[in-house]
Amino acid sequence: MKLLPYAALLGAVLERAADGTPIMMMPFHDGVIGRPGFLQGGAISGLLEVAAITALHHALAEEGGGRVKPINVTIDFMRGGRDRETRAAGTITRLGTRVANVEAFAWQDDRSKPIAAARMNYLIERD
Amino acid sequence: MKWDPSSMTLDQLAATRFGGHGGRLGIRFHARAADWIELALPYSDALVGDEASGVIASGPIIAMMDMATSFAIWNQIKTFVPQATLDLRIDYLRPARPGHTVIGRAECLRVARSIAFTRGIAHDGDLDDPIAHVAATFMIPSGQYPRLAPKAVDREQQA
Repeated sequence: MKLLPYAALLGAVLERAADGTPIMMMPFHDGVIGRPGFLQGGAISGLLEVAAITALHHALAEEGGGRVKPINVTIDFMRGGRDRETRAAGTITRLGTRVANVEAFAWQDDRSKPIAAARMNYLIERD
Repeated sequence: MKWDPSSMTLDQLAATRFGGHGGRLGIRFHARAADWIELALPYSDALVGDEASGVIASGPIIAMMDMATSFAIWNQIKTFVPQATLDLRIDYLRPARPGHTVIGRAECLRVARSIAFTRGIAHDGDLDDPIAHVAATFMIPSGQYPRLAPKAVDREQQA
């Protein structure tokens, strides 16, 4: 699966969970730092977005493909992102004909302790 | 750390070079008034989220608005305090135009003891034709936000 230019800026790479669903992994680097030793909230938001879009493209590919546009995004920041690898995965709550509701979580050491969560609504243009 | 955007000159603010993620995205200071502050995100191919249209991804705009709303609080309380974003919501009214700089204007609605409320608009030159609306809340991880006593504010206004 080809990744967005913005995903390359974040340094995010595609991994797959045991069940084949996509997970995005972002290493810690100078380009994602906020205050010293911590990730910038925008970099975490970006990773959540990339994870959500990757999950959407993965699901849409099974239905003939399509393009997505963000309508809105709400992000909750639960813990500071520290200087280590961050992973994020998107879950599609509903894939409609025109709108998709997606949730995404970002975590570091422990998937059950998310550092941030996002809810996104996307407009879908099916191919 | 003394970093007070409300007392810095525009030249000083314009010379501010953001490090880390903001610097990597090319975010810079744009303008300031007593009750709002603007940052700018120049267009770059590296920010693209949709290669077919050349429209930038949502993430860089969120990153800029997160920074801008945070600065709006420092601009309001006239001092720097470490603060963390509690949540941020963004509504996209239309896509950003490829090739155009996105400007993020932010204002502080209220600074309470430990929580501060902000809102912002992302636009590309015309405030009446916004790209996105943002609402963000921040919290102070330890201690309290400094308070401007209402009487002190009155005295300032009378002076």
